[in-house]
Amino acid sequence: MKDDVVLVKDFRKVYGDTVAVDGISFEVHHGEIFGLLGPNGAGKTTTMESLEGLRQPSSGSLRIFEVDPTRQPKSLHNMIGVQLQSSSLPGSMTPHEAMEFFCAYHQVTPRDDLLERLGLGDKKHSQFSALSTGLQRRLALALAIAHDPPVVLLDEPTAGLDVGSRVELHEVMREMRAKGTTIILATHDMAEAEKMTDRVAILLKGKIAATGSPTQLTATGNGLVKISVSSEAGSLLQNAGVFPAVSQQIIKDEYVIYYSHEAGETVPAILDSLKTQDDRLVDLRVERPSLEDRFLEITQPDLPNGGKS
Amino acid sequence: MTAFFHHFMYDFRTGLRDKSLLLMNYLFPLGFYVLMGLLMTGLNPTFAPTMIPAMILVAMMACTLLGLPNPVVESREAGIFRSFKINGVPALSIVTIPVLSSFVHIILVSIIITFTAGPFFKAGIPANWGYFVLILLLTAFTMASLGMLIGVVSPNSRAIVLFSQTIFLPSMILGGLMIPSNMLPTSLYRISLLLPTSYAMNAWRGLAFGMAPTFDPRWALLVLLSSGVIAFAMAIYLFNWDSKNQRSGHNPFLALLTLLPFVLGAILLGV
Repeated sequence: MKDDVVLVKDFRKVYGDTVAVDGISFEVHHGEIFGLLGPNGAGKTTTMESLEGLRQPSSGSLRIFEVDPTRQPKSLHNMIGVQLQSSSLPGSMTPHEAMEFFCAYHQVTPRDDLLERLGLGDKKHSQFSALSTGLQRRLALALAIAHDPPVVLLDEPTAGLDVGSRVELHEVMREMRAKGTTIILATHDMAEAEKMTDRVAILLKGKIAATGSPTQLTATGNGLVKISVSSEAGSLLQNAGVFPAVSQQIIKDEYVIYYSHEAGETVPAILDSLKTQDDRLVDLRVERPSLEDRFLEITQPDLPNGGKS
Repeated sequence: MTAFFHHFMYDFRTGLRDKSLLLMNYLFPLGFYVLMGLLMTGLNPTFAPTMIPAMILVAMMACTLLGLPNPVVESREAGIFRSFKINGVPALSIVTIPVLSSFVHIILVSIIITFTAGPFFKAGIPANWGYFVLILLLTAFTMASLGMLIGVVSPNSRAIVLFSQTIFLPSMILGGLMIPSNMLPTSLYRISLLLPTSYAMNAWRGLAFGMAPTFDPRWALLVLLSSGVIAFAMAIYLFNWDSKNQRSGHNPFLALLTLLPFVLGAILLGV
């Protein structure tokens, strides 16, 4: 398609006898946030690093704006901004120096305003090794976007960040998307993926197990609605009962959790049961399946309820 | 050019800011110089005439063989070079800039030694300043290239210590710094010709200080230059952005080619 910014076709990467990525294909459209999800060792970082030109594919092709990252690295480096999984700068380098250094290589004016915006204003003359993990991640993000690249690759950008920093980073990502920047986000954080991404690909053992928007993915799962019930006398804890449309039930703390195909049938039946047993409802929650539920369903199918709890 | 300048300035400042580099670039060589000036000039009368080049060579070895390789290995292992690669920093800059900034540190220390050794320790002053500076620059280039090559081919810090000390320690004892090479027994003299300092001292003695060289100092210049050029070229050729993605076909044993001029020198000049 014309607005495909990133194209990955039959990409395969092998390390010795280990197949890290096994012939995956996907495309990322202009201006979208695309999530790469998967458990450890699924091939996310290998895919990201191959797009960044750090690893050479064993076979298949990767293109960013029709540029081959491995063969045309010089054309690539102004097109992409990268926040690596581990923040990597010399320990004695200050944020101000890092900004000058990388902007000079990108031939753009240093963006001290970005350092201010990301909360590094007071620390811009502190050495990198003296910054907290959160500030190091913020600096990595500032450096990744300082040259205003059309494509940004973020590998676990919120790992190790506190809640405030996370919210700030999400705000920056939204601003970038509003400006038309295409973002590829590799993350373990399902809530972040569900909230921030337009589409995701779930990688499992080097293959794409599912792809689509978070809404599409959750809709194509087993469709079970999670109904959590807590009552005053705990009658359901002693006898969880048999209710219509319920496929599985578990007890967790003071709650009985039912997985139902049809909440409209299950909930009135539970309420009737409580009334019959002269018990009073304390809490009732009905939740649609989340991306995390769907992710666990795909990645851990052998666990009860796909690993849901 | 701006990027190169920023990179160079950052690297130079690191040589002053980083405590271990400050130690290797300035504190250790200048402290050693003062100690030798106070002790050796009284104990060994042959030391004072060549004290300046000897102490400059100690400074060069500390800066290049002991100081320069470690940041290269650490940066590669920590993924710093990967960040550099993604942001368009060329491998040539990564190899060249530490060599150049080492040059500047060496020159600053050399100035201090050259202009204080005479008045304070009655050291011999160069008779030919042109050759003195030329040999200084050439030796600094060769040493810095060797240091960079050690950093490029060393898989870890332990390997750096092994490779660096293989040159540093024998150079201190046999390299003509404390005792002139012509006073060594023949077998040790031949071994001393495997060390860059022996050639630098011979060139300085013959061309800059008006003393009798052990062999034609022009050969010394040629050996130093060829080894420096090979070491620099090999450092660029064998450079790896990270330890996980070694470039295939680039055998690190090629680095041994750097020793070829010294081996030839030992064979041809050690008679």
